[in-house]
Amino acid sequence: MSAIPKPGAAPALIEFRGVTKIYGQGQAAFQALDGVDLTIREGEFVAIMGPSGSGKSTAMNILGCLDSPTNGSYLFRGVHVERLSRDQRARLRRFYLGFVFQGFNLLARTSALENVELPLIYRGLARAERHRRALQALEAVGLAEWADHTPAELSGGQQQRVAIARAIVTDPAVLLADEPTGNLDTARSRELMELIAGLNRDQGITIAMVTHEPDMAGYAGRLVHFVDGRVDSDEPNPHRR
Amino acid sequence: MLWNTLVLALREIRRNLMRSFLTVLGIVIGVAAVITMVTLGNGATVMVSEQISSLGSNLLMIHPGKRMGPGRDTSGASNFRLADAEAIARDVAAVRAVAPTSSAGVTAVYANENWSTTVTGSSGDYFTVGNWTLAEGRAFNAAEQRAGTAVCVIGATVRKQLYGGQDPIGTKLRMKNFSCEVIGLLQSKGQSAMGRDQDDTIVMPLRTVQRRLAGNQDVGSIMVSVRDGADTAKAQSDIERLMRERRHIAANEDDNFNVFDTRQIAETLTGTTRVLTALLSAVAAVSLLVGGIGIMNIMLVSVTERTREIGIRMAIGALEREVLLQFLVEAVVLSSLGGLAGILLAVAASLVLAGVMGVPFILDPAITLVAFLFSAAVGVVFGYFPARRAAQLDPIEALRHE
Ligand SMILES: Nc1ncnc2c1ncn2[C@@H]1O[C@H](COP(=O)(O)OP(=O)(O)O)[C@@H](O)[C@H]1O
Ligand SMILES: [Mg+2]
Repeated sequence: MSAIPKPGAAPALIEFRGVTKIYGQGQAAFQALDGVDLTIREGEFVAIMGPSGSGKSTAMNILGCLDSPTNGSYLFRGVHVERLSRDQRARLRRFYLGFVFQGFNLLARTSALENVELPLIYRGLARAERHRRALQALEAVGLAEWADHTPAELSGGQQQRVAIARAIVTDPAVLLADEPTGNLDTARSRELMELIAGLNRDQGITIAMVTHEPDMAGYAGRLVHFVDGRVDSDEPNPHRR
Repeated sequence: MLWNTLVLALREIRRNLMRSFLTVLGIVIGVAAVITMVTLGNGATVMVSEQISSLGSNLLMIHPGKRMGPGRDTSGASNFRLADAEAIARDVAAVRAVAPTSSAGVTAVYANENWSTTVTGSSGDYFTVGNWTLAEGRAFNAAEQRAGTAVCVIGATVRKQLYGGQDPIGTKLRMKNFSCEVIGLLQSKGQSAMGRDQDDTIVMPLRTVQRRLAGNQDVGSIMVSVRDGADTAKAQSDIERLMRERRHIAANEDDNFNVFDTRQIAETLTGTTRVLTALLSAVAAVSLLVGGIGIMNIMLVSVTERTREIGIRMAIGALEREVLLQFLVEAVVLSSLGGLAGILLAVAASLVLAGVMGVPFILDPAITLVAFLFSAAVGVVFGYFPARRAAQLDPIEALRHE
């Protein structure tokens, strides 16, 4: 069970209540999540850890409204996400969520600036404003000079920074990152983690991040361990960096 | 929102230039092929019917023998006489003009040039019946016809071969054992529907040909022009009855002459070109289809990439209908561009080819529209439907697409 809120604690932003996810049907059915309860409060930085195949990505995708749970409830600021229509969930992603994938998922042959602008287009921002904010976000991730380069012209670390810029350009309520350093070397990973930790510390963005590297999890304020589709342990990080 | 989408779509087209180009190319080729083929086919059909009408309107040809065409049986069929033609002119009400003709092959000589051609002897009605007009000079008059004077009217080809740029009027043209004065030049008619050069001809009074070239009183064939609005079939049967009577054919005997309505040739030939046009159109339709399959291929090959793109767009908050609208606009823009380019290409190609083939350029708006709509439909269907399938997935499914 999630920790009992202390008086005066920040309100719950995200709440999983007995979330299950079953892939496939019949013989081939596989239970990836088995009754997950998890609460994430405004301003928290949560690291989700656990062995490969324990359901971290599955949980993350449901958190990001990219996938739907088979059973259980997902409350976002008290709203039952599983009861929302497709369009309403798209709007939730559009206005509140920023997602960073392990595999970057940038549009090919599209400049860094245009990639970062993309979420603002769907928000209906005017061109000049989009431009200004996208540049600002690229600046925040240290890539202002690379604005005109396409993903193919950028290193993995740089691509992931573009992806982060794209996720934060909308000032989301929560940044969700699934192994953002999974494809980067240690030095690049450190830089990226400094960047992500800074977003939480300086801008107060709530962050949920999957990682299997204790080094990277060290930046978080709270560590959640998944084993076999369940939350195995959930405790504050005693050695936050 | 729509403006945004249009901008997005145009940006995508520019970004994927190669893919866009190949898609457009398929449409361009398909549309251009269909329109060009049909345009040329139409041109050929019109050219044939124009040539047929240049033969003369409501024209009946009367020949001795049982039937027209190859293997024509002339046994026991005597030639006509001038009196037969006169009888037709007198007795058949619907007749406008009657031209008895007698033809002979000759070699015409002028100065150092000679040219083998056909001389036709006839009455002044010949020019009416055959739809001839004179470019220069005059036709022979009644007195010259009666007297069998050595005067002639020459066709444009004969003039070119013998005179080059010189004025033929008033010169003497030598043939066989006599020479005749050129008094007129025919307006050029060009090739006949059968491919014969109609301008390769010399026309003289009937009596002149009979006396000086044929050496007999025979009339080889009679051409009859029926009055406008009169019943050609009735005129034909009247002539048949009259001829049977004049040739003393018993009731149980077959005709030993043949009255032929040139409209039948016209109908046959027009029918043939129509079949040809249909055939060409079928070939063109196949190329349109191949173009369509090309488009489909390119669209389907890019589905993986596009599915992931759709996944990314939805993951960052695009609504299903926004994604679909973008893809729809993209497909419509590409297809219409391709269709328009195809039409332009077809017009250019048809103009050039029509010039080379010597047929008129007649663009069929209906076919143009159909070809355009078909290719647009192909582009839209294959650009839009894979996108729709992708947009209906959960974003994570679209992102996972391999
Ligand atoms: N789309 C899918 N279809 C079937 N099984 C899946 C699918 N996605 C994940 N799984 C299975 O669910 C389990 C949990 O996967 P995942 O959440 O990706 O684990 P983690 O991210 O912790 O490594 C794994 O055993 C995986 O094989
Ligand atoms: Mg994973």
